[in-house]
Amino acid sequence: MELLNILFVAPFVDITSSPVFFAEVVIGGLMTGVMYSLVALGFVLIFKASGVFNFAQGAMVLFAALTLVGLMERGVPIPLALAGTVLVMIALAMLIERMMLRHLVNQEGIILFMATIGLNFLLEGAGQIAWGSNVKVLDLGIPNQSFEVAGILLNQFDLFAAAIAAVMVTVLAVFFQKTTIGRALRAVADDHQAALSVGIPLKTIWVIVWSVAGIVALVAGIMWGAKSGVQFSLSLIALKALPVLILGGFTSVPGAIIGGLIIGVGEKIAEIYWGPAFGGAIEGWFAYMLALAFLMFRPQGLFGEKIIERV
Amino acid sequence: MKFRSLILGALGVAVGITGIALSKAAYAAEQFIPMLVYRTGPYAPSGIPVANGFRDYYTLVNKRDGGINGVTVTFEECETKYDTKIGVECYEKLKGKGPTGASLFNPYSTGITYQLIPKASVDKVPILSMGYGRTSAADGRVFEWVFNFPMTYWSQASAFVKYVSRQEGGYDKLKGKNIVHVYHNSAYGKEANPTLVALAKRYGYKLTLLAVDHPGQEQKATWLQIRRLKPDWVFMSGWGVMNSVAIKEAAAINFPMDHFVGNWWSGTDADVIPAGQGSVGYKSTTFHSAGSGFPVHADIIKHVYGGDAAKAKENNIGEVLYNRGMVNAMFGIEAIRTAMGKYGNKSMTGEQVRWGLENLNVENARLQALGMKDFTRGVKVSCADHETGGSLRIQQWDGTKWKFVSQWLSPMRDIVRPMIEKDAAMFAKENKITPRSC
Repeated sequence: MELLNILFVAPFVDITSSPVFFAEVVIGGLMTGVMYSLVALGFVLIFKASGVFNFAQGAMVLFAALTLVGLMERGVPIPLALAGTVLVMIALAMLIERMMLRHLVNQEGIILFMATIGLNFLLEGAGQIAWGSNVKVLDLGIPNQSFEVAGILLNQFDLFAAAIAAVMVTVLAVFFQKTTIGRALRAVADDHQAALSVGIPLKTIWVIVWSVAGIVALVAGIMWGAKSGVQFSLSLIALKALPVLILGGFTSVPGAIIGGLIIGVGEKIAEIYWGPAFGGAIEGWFAYMLALAFLMFRPQGLFGEKIIERV
Repeated sequence: MKFRSLILGALGVAVGITGIALSKAAYAAEQFIPMLVYRTGPYAPSGIPVANGFRDYYTLVNKRDGGINGVTVTFEECETKYDTKIGVECYEKLKGKGPTGASLFNPYSTGITYQLIPKASVDKVPILSMGYGRTSAADGRVFEWVFNFPMTYWSQASAFVKYVSRQEGGYDKLKGKNIVHVYHNSAYGKEANPTLVALAKRYGYKLTLLAVDHPGQEQKATWLQIRRLKPDWVFMSGWGVMNSVAIKEAAAINFPMDHFVGNWWSGTDADVIPAGQGSVGYKSTTFHSAGSGFPVHADIIKHVYGGDAAKAKENNIGEVLYNRGMVNAMFGIEAIRTAMGKYGNKSMTGEQVRWGLENLNVENARLQALGMKDFTRGVKVSCADHETGGSLRIQQWDGTKWKFVSQWLSPMRDIVRPMIEKDAAMFAKENKITPRSC
């Protein structure tokens, strides 16, 4: 009886009796969701443009953030360090294309996926060898003060992250929908060989998309790194992006955002109102449960492309 | 031709035999100490300074003192990534190394310690889990091979409550107070819970337990709950990135930092620096000093780093967890020295080191000789009590350094020891162990 009360009565009584706190939980979840979306966007970009599920996206976030903070620690001014890191990520994309992707043209998706697992370990190791494993402070001057609006606590840093995410989504949406390169990226994703046959330079396209994903990883690395310091655990953020992708769809930029927001809000509500019933710390697995529940009804995710194959 | 071959063959055999004898002789003057470290992975920011503290102290003993009573300390690192499975593999890999096998293991992970406890008695290698691991291992009658001095998690939790009572004006003022324990959702993080629960019943404070999942990068839900609960005090059992994120989140909800106390694994420089000014006022428990102003540090800079203080700083000298590793290494070395006092100045076996640990008595005079006077407190281990009567202090971050804000606080042994004995007795029953008579 008590279990039924904890699961089905007490949480709702709590929500209705403290609506302001509930609003704060929802807003907190939205802000966290935005941070997840920043990571998920990198996955979407590469999957959308090359059909590769890039297991190394989390490692790219770590690598980019380590490079930035490593340059800053050596006295490089912030704008130059940012530019330098972007160049490093572009160089990395070129290396990945030359050393890895070029040899796997038209291979099964699972082969490419396995290659990115190797890339993940390589980047994690290389980043730590080059820049060390100690925690590094990343201070770009992003404000971090909190203030109350109608009893709800808001944080300047969270709002800044939301603004960054909005800008990125807009830019990426325009890039994919309105530019020639964007169309070429989508063509490559549909069929490598068909794209090649109509004259789309596959190698260049791959370099472009991995470079853009590298820059997105840098932005995600900056936001997460500013929050917790730049350290290895940044690469584990990718685990938080996975349910976002399942929910939002692997090929949709807006899906990554909406998915992130749903996961962010869902896990916070679950942790706070239903967590006590399970001993707490449920948000980690709850995000996956939520995503799996969505899969039962929409296997392609909320905004993913429905794939129908004739057999 | 035959004669020449004969001579060459004889020479070869002689060289071989001499080589073996020489290497045996060299081997015999070594004391091997394995090091389970984590210099990579999500917990590396905590693991690196600890590992450097161990390494530098062992190097110091060799360079300054010529080893332990003339026996050179050898050590080998094995990377665990703070992963229990890999930690056990490292144990299996290193337990037989050196002329007499591993002297002792310092797992530096409660999860790994739990896995090694049943192995230690079989392999006859002692485990020194200094201030972590299984709390009830303090009962030496049941846990013959495990040592966790100078204090356990349960004792630490009771000392924290004692500190709160002093801040609030007495134990009677604890009634009705709101205390939250934010803990790493692991065997380690949960260790303090039984004591905090028992003390909540005794003193009438309201206790809320909030778990944070590995690695603790995202804690908004936890701190929203704390904002709502408005606790009088928050106690934290965190590790790695969880600590710095928690401190930053606490600052973001404007929680009074001088009422936020981390345990001794949640109070090093890497925990507070990422939070910047937001971390000023944050407190943590500790059983040794922070900083590098002690003679032992001067010795390390001189003998290990050749006088290069900047290089020593790069290697974390003086950071809280560096000093922790150094203190831990010192107790291990002194235990080996104690064993040599009985068995002679040669390589000690695990069994002999276990005897050394159980008869360890580090007094203030010895600490002074080691350059650690007032740096930490001595210990006196006994057969029944592997925790000893240790005590802790509270340190506070002022934005640039840690400073003590309390005197030494002893734990509530009258409450904790019966709990330890009860848990140890249950373990003995489950594992069919007959407790020793001490």
